[in-house]
Amino acid sequence: MKTRYSHGGDEHIYVEMDDEMSLDAFFKSLSMSNAVRDAKIKGVTEICPANASFQVRFDPDIIAPDQMMKKVKELEHKAENAEKRLKTRIIEIPVYYQDPWTHETLMRFRQRHQDPSGSDLDYAARINGFDSVEGFIEAHHSQPWFVSMVGFVAGLPFLYQLVERGKQLQVPKYLRPRTDTPKQTVGYGGCFSCVYSVRGAGGYQMFGITPMPIFDPEQKQSYLKNFMVFFKPGDIVKWKPIDRAEYDRILAEVAADTYTPRIAEVDFDLDAFNADMSGTNAKLMEALNVA
Amino acid sequence: MSLKIIQPGLSTSIQDLGRPGYFHLGIPIGGAMDRFALRVANMLVGNPEGAAGLEVVFMGPVIEFERDSLVAITGADLPAKVDGNPREGWTSFVVKAGQTLSFDFLKADARAYIAISGGIDTPPALGSRSTYPIGALGGIEGRNIQAGDVIPLGDAEMVEAGMSVPANLRRMPANPAELRVLPGLYWHRLTPKAQDGFFADNWAVALEADRMGYRFKGGNPLEFVDREQPFGAGADPSNIVDGCYSYGSIQVPGGLEPIVLHRDAVSGGGYFTLGAIISADMDLIGQLQPHTPVKFRKVDMAQAAEARAARKKMLGSVRAHLG
Repeated sequence: MKTRYSHGGDEHIYVEMDDEMSLDAFFKSLSMSNAVRDAKIKGVTEICPANASFQVRFDPDIIAPDQMMKKVKELEHKAENAEKRLKTRIIEIPVYYQDPWTHETLMRFRQRHQDPSGSDLDYAARINGFDSVEGFIEAHHSQPWFVSMVGFVAGLPFLYQLVERGKQLQVPKYLRPRTDTPKQTVGYGGCFSCVYSVRGAGGYQMFGITPMPIFDPEQKQSYLKNFMVFFKPGDIVKWKPIDRAEYDRILAEVAADTYTPRIAEVDFDLDAFNADMSGTNAKLMEALNVA
Repeated sequence: MSLKIIQPGLSTSIQDLGRPGYFHLGIPIGGAMDRFALRVANMLVGNPEGAAGLEVVFMGPVIEFERDSLVAITGADLPAKVDGNPREGWTSFVVKAGQTLSFDFLKADARAYIAISGGIDTPPALGSRSTYPIGALGGIEGRNIQAGDVIPLGDAEMVEAGMSVPANLRRMPANPAELRVLPGLYWHRLTPKAQDGFFADNWAVALEADRMGYRFKGGNPLEFVDREQPFGAGADPSNIVDGCYSYGSIQVPGGLEPIVLHRDAVSGGGYFTLGAIISADMDLIGQLQPHTPVKFRKVDMAQAAEARAARKKMLGSVRAHLG
């Protein structure tokens, strides 16, 4: 893992902790971006942590780009001693896999896909060596996920599955991005899952849809009263497969604003996780079961 | 007191200088594409430079005024009329209660800015009135204006009409346009031949050019340095592990058509970026029509700083002139 620094024009510093994805790179990036925030450097306007990198935006009229670069580099030692523990939460997100709305959409954009003959799930299951779509869906939801980045558009989470690298699911993005994706689509690209927070363009494969809003600018949902964006980096997610009846029931609750996501407070320790992945995951999911 | 929208134009939105501070959640800064033009329009009517005005793309709206107002149009050459009588651009004029502001066809450039004394007074969202339709934030119900909208105005102190900005203090792109680029970010992913070719080639603005980003076409495909793709990046050589995007950063999916991210940028994604347009040239991009020929010019950080200082000086000259 080698840290790489670059200017992004004259208003940004970009720091890549590693060019490949790992939770170690995520924790290093998060702790270094926190160190930049804590340093309260005059002129900094935005600090954006990503999966294995982060970006600082600043006003070059207040601090010169080279000075800013120097100040960020001075904080690298903080990342070396990254705190690999988080007090966080695990959230159950209901997913209606193979739903009619993402199916309609993927059929509409079939000519932009690697394999126009089947669905996104057919393709993903096949290239990941699964005999059936059902087996692939099982692999997608049986182990929890880690929110390693929020962004792209309003409040969209990127999620990284908490399994060893050999078990990670990987799929390419669409050959050409779609111009439409239903709101709350559960998508997949590279090794990341995501939830499209709003309707719009997208290049990730589409697996299903959640009835649970995760972005609400009007903040009508009780669980979005404090802020319009639900996810933050470090959140842990467990997908819960649901059927049409369950989907409709939750949708009605959302409309009546009586829906409450199932959430449990948990600690996540990267060293403990690396030492015993299935044991750590079992404990995380247990916390959810008693929530 | 307010404005009544009779016809909205093609894509007219309420914009101020944006909402910094939420890019880490995927909510971009937004605000006027051409910030210089909005600032100057506001100065002309006696508003604070960051007051909310209307950003008009290609085709003007028709607006009925419910109170006497001072108005200025800056940016693109979009001739204004009050009750059918022509008015100068970059010059303040009075629109009386009951009169109608309308426009002739666009003569040059892409975005005009309408400032009205008192500024637009819609409720701010996350500290800004700027319209961000993807996130349904700002503006009116988070969308562009439409016929029938009634837009509230803030209290105004009338200043003198007829103030004007001289031609040498109006900044518009040349044709072909030149956009200065600071190479960086994932620049090393390109072969030396592709690095040179990007700056040598003639590009043109593509049809996909909006507040989120401007696409360019016409140059040669870019070649990548061979490598085994890092885990999590995806198979295409233009893919990276999804990271943050800078405003003005230039991504080239598949090495084919460069996309420059603008004020309503997506905050991150999985495409390599070869560097970014310098801050001093961001305003110009919003004034480019599709098919406009463009050359990218390579600069270093010292040149970027010089260009930024020049822009600051120009704004200072406008302030001094309008004093």
